[in-house]
This record gives sequence, C-alpha cells and structure tokens, in this order.
Amino acid sequence: MNIPQNLKYTKTHEWIRVEDNKAIVGITDFAQHEITDIVHVELPEIGRTVKKDSPVAVIESVKSAFDIYAPVSGKVVAVNDNVLSNPELVNQSPYEQGYLFTIELSDKTELNSLLDAQAYQTIV
Amino acid sequence: MEKLLNEMSSQCKPAYSVNLDVEYDYQITENLKRNSYLGLPNIAESDLLRHFINLSRQNYALSTTFYPLGSCTMKYNPLINERIAKFNEFNAIHPYQAQETMQGILEIIYKLEKDLCEISGLDYFSVQPAAGSHGEFTGLLVISKYFKSIKQKRTRIIIPDSAHGTNPASAALAGFDIIPFKSELDGSLSIEKLKEILTPEVAAVMLTVPNTLGVFEKSVLEISKIVHDNGSLLYYDGANLNAVMGIIRPGDMGFDVMHINLHKTFSTPHGGGGPGAGPIGVKAFLEPFLPVPRVELKKSKYILNYKKSKSIGKIKSFFGNFSVLLKAYVYIKSLGSVGLKNVSEQAVLNANYMLAKLKNIIDVPAGGKCMHEFVLSPKSVLKNSVRTLDVAKRLLDYGYYAPTVYFPAIVEEAIMIEPTETESKETLDKFIEVLIKIILEESNKCPQKVKDAPVNTPVKRLNEVEAARNPILKW
Repeated sequence: MNIPQNLKYTKTHEWIRVEDNKAIVGITDFAQHEITDIVHVELPEIGRTVKKDSPVAVIESVKSAFDIYAPVSGKVVAVNDNVLSNPELVNQSPYEQGYLFTIELSDKTELNSLLDAQAYQTIV
Repeated sequence: MEKLLNEMSSQCKPAYSVNLDVEYDYQITENLKRNSYLGLPNIAESDLLRHFINLSRQNYALSTTFYPLGSCTMKYNPLINERIAKFNEFNAIHPYQAQETMQGILEIIYKLEKDLCEISGLDYFSVQPAAGSHGEFTGLLVISKYFKSIKQKRTRIIIPDSAHGTNPASAALAGFDIIPFKSELDGSLSIEKLKEILTPEVAAVMLTVPNTLGVFEKSVLEISKIVHDNGSLLYYDGANLNAVMGIIRPGDMGFDVMHINLHKTFSTPHGGGGPGAGPIGVKAFLEPFLPVPRVELKKSKYILNYKKSKSIGKIKSFFGNFSVLLKAYVYIKSLGSVGLKNVSEQAVLNANYMLAKLKNIIDVPAGGKCMHEFVLSPKSVLKNSVRTLDVAKRLLDYGYYAPTVYFPAIVEEAIMIEPTETESKETLDKFIEVLIKIILEESNKCPQKVKDAPVNTPVKRLNEVEAARNPILKW
C-alpha cells in the first residue's frame, strides 16, 4: 500500500498536501483500491466555502457511491477537471494526476488534527 | 447471445398474410395515408416463439435456481397467489366502475389493511404506495404534515448506517435533512451516541429492525423511549418484517409509522421494475394524514373516501397496485396466523444454519447469530487478490444467482446471504459447499479461474466500467 510520507491524511481516507495556504486534496491508494474501478466523479464548484468533515465530492464506482469529505475548512479554489472525463486517473494515480480539488485554508490550526503517514498506516 | 427482434427482422421471411374482405382504406384520405415503412420487425410466428422461449431459458429465477439475495429477499411466490389473481372476477374490472359494482375488490383492500394492522400492531394502514421506497416517502410526508399541523418545525431525520439503503433518499425527497448515525461494529446502536444527535429539530428516527446486518436491535425499547421523550417519532422500515412476523410487533415496540415491502414478507412478485406495493401503517393520531382515497365501511357498504381534509393527498393512481395486494392477501389467508409465524421461524432457522456452518471459516462481523440474513466478510481468507466480486461471478458458473455483494457498505468485501424459509437443508448444504470451495480452494489454487468467471453463462465477465461509462445501446 502506497502511503507517501510527505502528505497528511484523514480517517476517511483523503490525503492532503499543503502548499502555503492551499491544500490539495485527493483520496488515498487504499481508498481507490477499496472503492474499485471508478466510473464517475462529482467535484465541488469553484468558489464554494466548505467546512471540515463535510461531504464535498462524490466518487462512484462499479461497487457503490462514496462521499468525499473536506479534510479542512476553506474555499475551493481549483478542481481537477481531468478526472471528470477520465475518472480512471483516480485509480491509476491517486496522489498525482488523480487529485480532486484545492482548498484555500481558512484555519491553519485544523491541520494539527490530521494524521501523518505513520498514523494513517495503522488504520488501514 | 439472442438477437433482438429488430436485428432478426431482416433475416426472416414475411411474417403475416392478411386476407381482407373489406375496403380497409375506404375512409382514409390521401394526405393521411402513410407512405413510409412502419418499422416494426418482420418475424414469423415460429421465430418469434423461439426468440422468447430462448430468452426465458436464460433467466435466473427462483423457479430455476437457489436465489440467496440478501436484503432484497427473493422469496418463493406460491402458485395459489397467481391462480387466484387470474380469476376473471379480478381481471375483468375497471377502476372507473361504480363503487357498488366492485364491493369485492374494496372488501379485499379493507381486510388486507386490517390484517396488516393485526400483524404489525399499528392502528391504520394505507395500501396505496407502489413500492417499499414509495412507502417510506409517503410515511415521511405523513410525518412532515403531522408536525406542520401541531406547528413544530422539525427538519431532521436520523438514519443509522445499518438502515435500508433507500431511507436517506426518501427522507431527502420528502424535504428533510439527513443526520447519519454510525452503528457499532456488531451493527447495534449506541444509546449515548443517539442522545448526542437527538436535537429538538429531529422529526423522526428511521430504524430497520432487524437491520441490514441481520441483527435485531436490542435497545429498541430504550431507543423508542428517548426518541419519544424528545418529541420525535419512530419510523420502522419493515423491509425485514419477514424475520419477526407473529413474534414481535412494531406497534407494540413504540413505532409510530412503518412501511411493509409486500414482496419481501408476503410473497408477491419481485423485480423487473414493478408493479410493487409498499403499504404504510400508522398509529391512530396519524390516521388523518394518510393518503386518499381511504377504503371505509359505512352501513355494510365499502366506500372510497376522498374527503379527508388533513390528508397528504393522492400518491398513486386509483387505489394502489391491486393485483399485488391481492396476492399478499391470498398469502396471509392461506397461511393464517400460525403459518405466518412459522415462515419467520423457518427463515431465521435457515439463515442461522448457514451461518453456523460458515462462521468458523469466514469472518462474520456481526457475530455468530443472526435473524433472517447474515453478512460475511471473506477479506482475510481470500488469496491472490481475489475479491468478493470475483466470488459472486464464480457462483454463476455453478448455476447459482449470486448473493448481494458490497452491501451493507459498513462491512468490507461484504457478501450478504438470505436463504428464505422455503429452501431445504440439501439446497443450503450444496450452496455452502460451493461457496467454501470458491473462497478457500479456488482462490488459492486457481485464482485466475475465479477472476475470469463467469465462463458458463451466455455472456462472459462484463466490463462494468465501460458498461457504466460507454454503454452500447440497441433497440
């Protein structure tokens, strides 16, 4: 199972990469494996304000539909349009080409509640 | 694969000959005459007959094979239901007939409602809703209208993750906000956690009892108390009523509203998109809100009452799917109270027999006892990255309809089995043997065979991603 050291994680299997005051969000390798082949992705609107732990995106696979939660609060400033037309990118490259959206952080202290790679390893 | 009728058309000879002894176009003026081809398939009767018979031979059905589909309950439909439903007295009627000429139909609806009251412990039933989910929706509209009538603003519905999958959709459609409620590892609900989310905005808590893990909620009476102390109502999703008929009654446990999926408990046909029936039952204080028309008995005559000022209104044309209601009524009357109780006992016994034989081999997250269905999690015993989906596909090769997989979503690699009451020990033993063989032996020794399955079916493994994203449509 691929769990990059430089990322932060949630218990609900999202990863987040912090760059300045922005957080890039996707789902983990474990999550894409459990979700199985993805057929459809719904992303939040750019400009939408999201609250930590609230559902903001939907991933649908041949198995079921899954809510994706915002790991932090803030404003959605970018989404990865590529995964809309090529949802298999989330399966093939969950940490790079298959990222989902970028949030501008409204409260940096929320980052403290996220898991590091080691802690995430223990829950999967 | 059998070709479609339109594809067969060109290969067939002209399929009809019409001997006309009247001037058929006598009154049709030139400008109204069709001058293009009608576009209907051109097929001989013998080819048409073969087409449908060949298609029917590819059916998986309860009449051809064991069908252990958990949660969905593929239950044997006794032939007497069909025989009686074919009577002319039921077929040669029309819903626009005068009420006095269809007293028999109204009597059956009236008496079925009374029987459902007796079985469920609720005070009034409406058989209008056309499906279980439609029943949920109707029940939630009743709840919504009730709180409006007493001028309380309650906008939330609490739904455990072990509830039936349609609950959140029904509640959202009825205009409520959904508060998800995480169940414990064994599928039970924590009273403490419920208290935390049970705010004054909560209109109702929807419980599926037994839940989708096949577990009876032990704290149901305590839950009932704290929900009512909060001024909220308690909704019983009767999807799994087939496990408790004649043993406990939702009304006695404090439930205010419920629906019953007639196909799951009362042996009406299932699948194919309907027609179905999902009657709802309510306690007396909610009766004014039930949909119209209500079938009532006035001066020894059955009448349809449309004049109920507080009713949520009409939710289905005419008076529900009568032929389905009739079959449920026949089932109830042919089994009687002892027979119905026996159905639940046998269903629970069959499920526990299977679980007892499987629980030491495959993980069972909800423990070693169940109600009418149970959920396996074969993750730890499957080898060579064989997954539950592969196991399900491989079962098709052995001539079985696959059980429900990946539901409930709270169990990893879930396989959900519901044997129902009518299967023999021999049938169950054979299925268990095949399931163990696939999971333990084949996933270990010949994993590719399992991953390539099915190979004995009319079509091989389908590409489900392509089917969802780029379906090839024919007509």
